[in-house]
Amino acid sequence: MSTLFSKANKEALTSPLNLNNPVVVQVLGICSALAVTAQLEPAIVMGLSVTIITAFSNLIISLIRNSIPNRIRIIVQLVVVAALVTIVSQVLKAFAYDVSVQLSVYVGLIITNCILMGRLEAFAMMNKPWPSFLDGIGNGIGYAIILIIVGFFRELLGAGTLLGLQVVPQWCYDHGYVNNGMMTMPAMSLILVGCVIWAHRAYNKDLQ
Amino acid sequence: MNSLRKYFDKIKPNFEEGGKLHAFRSLYDGFETFAFVPNTTARVGGTHIHDAIDSKRIMSLVVIALVPALLFGMYNVGYQNALAAGQLENATFWGMFFYGFLAVLPKLIVSYVVGLGIEFTVAQWKNEEIQEGFLVSGIIIPMIVPVNTPLWMLAIAVAFSVIFAKEIFGGTGMNIFNVALITRAFLFFSYPSCMTGDDTVWVAQDTILGLGFAVPDTFSAATPLGEIAAGATALSTSFCDQVVGLIPGSIGETSVIAIALGALLLLWTGVASWKTMLSVFVGGALTGWFYNALGLSPLDACQHIVLGGFCFGAVFMATDPVTSARTEGGKWIYGFLIGFVAVTVRVLNPGYPEGMMLAILLMNLFAPLIDYCFVSRNISRRAKRLTSK
Repeated sequence: MSTLFSKANKEALTSPLNLNNPVVVQVLGICSALAVTAQLEPAIVMGLSVTIITAFSNLIISLIRNSIPNRIRIIVQLVVVAALVTIVSQVLKAFAYDVSVQLSVYVGLIITNCILMGRLEAFAMMNKPWPSFLDGIGNGIGYAIILIIVGFFRELLGAGTLLGLQVVPQWCYDHGYVNNGMMTMPAMSLILVGCVIWAHRAYNKDLQ
Repeated sequence: MNSLRKYFDKIKPNFEEGGKLHAFRSLYDGFETFAFVPNTTARVGGTHIHDAIDSKRIMSLVVIALVPALLFGMYNVGYQNALAAGQLENATFWGMFFYGFLAVLPKLIVSYVVGLGIEFTVAQWKNEEIQEGFLVSGIIIPMIVPVNTPLWMLAIAVAFSVIFAKEIFGGTGMNIFNVALITRAFLFFSYPSCMTGDDTVWVAQDTILGLGFAVPDTFSAATPLGEIAAGATALSTSFCDQVVGLIPGSIGETSVIAIALGALLLLWTGVASWKTMLSVFVGGALTGWFYNALGLSPLDACQHIVLGGFCFGAVFMATDPVTSARTEGGKWIYGFLIGFVAVTVRVLNPGYPEGMMLAILLMNLFAPLIDYCFVSRNISRRAKRLTSK
């Protein structure tokens, strides 16, 4: 057990959550972060899907890393990711149809998510399966956290709801409160991601 | 004036290091340099050409140039209210003016308190001198919104634009986009129903402190450009009213005559560039004529210029020295494209009756590129001249 959660393995799991966050430090996977965060629920599902796919694609690629010919490794990685994306997409359609409609093409487009290819190339190709798996989980969760923060503010301020439940009380609307329409546009989510980066760097002095 | 100077000198020690009001030193500094030109001169060494006029004095001139449009806007608020209530014959000039004054004043106060509050806080926090850029933005912002804009929306929009359009770029003089226009764009995209749309936003509908008239709920009044966007082919207001400014619209933008007074002052003192201003009008007029000749727009070139925020934008916002092109040749292109884009948005996009805001913001973005092209063209021309000798 001690080897399973050695210092290096813990590092692989936790560093993407903070100092090596794929979205706010490496600035990867921004497109989908802008596209699916208008509401909280799709943001959570998207974060979860990416976590599962990064974790298992890292695991599979790491298992076969020594038998992949170097010249066709990108194709092999893509095949693995595409298979996983298809599985997740079908599961979503079967068990969470509404959300999969909201996410539309963005589940399929996880295959082009830079975080995935980045982790496969940078980590899974040169590490053992278990650390690769942890690295995939960490990066997926690091991505999901940012999506959830942005989705939280966009849904709260843009629609007055959270997970579809009305949060802003009716008397606010009666007294002239109006939902902020710009929050539902992708432009504003870019500004929100910028704010998260701002706060994160102000807090972590060594990133400045 | 002398007593004011003495008063400033008397309270100064309180704000210096160790004084009991040290926390408010940027506030003191801001007001002192606003009232009096600072007594500092350029350091010896190098060559400095120093004008007696500094940015606070330039800002004050622009504010003075805006006053006619603001006063007329106040009157027009009262006039539109009386007109909508059908009580025009019962309304007096001063009654209408004070009604408008009371309707506009809270917006002015909110705009200045929020905007300057953020600027003073940032200056204090970063230990910098107070920056004066908000003096002009603060008076422009209430003039480019509909009279029925709720104050809390205005406050959020002002805070958003001062922080995200100005302070994060480094403060006054560093902003890429015109701060007042970002405020309006924020309102426009965030709260579309309160900025255009249902045609009840342009006319104040309640009495204020007993002044003015209550307007029935069923009433609606569109701006001339709104009427055209809705498919009308003829306007309900006369051309004379449109020039004088007795039409529904944002508070300060309706009167061509009042804006022209401000334009004269800006051009006479050389604060605004006549090249930018002229080329905006030329671009708008040519484009308007073109679309009219093609039959795409029922408005002729002259009406395109008179209506909406075209004049106000051309005179007070396209000429903003910070965000406009700075090369002399670039000013022509910059201005012309503003006029062109503004009229094009009006005519070709039925969703946006008015395109001036979007046109100026778009060209703000391109101004550095235009400058870059002109500067590099100049460099290569000189290099050629050097090598051909």
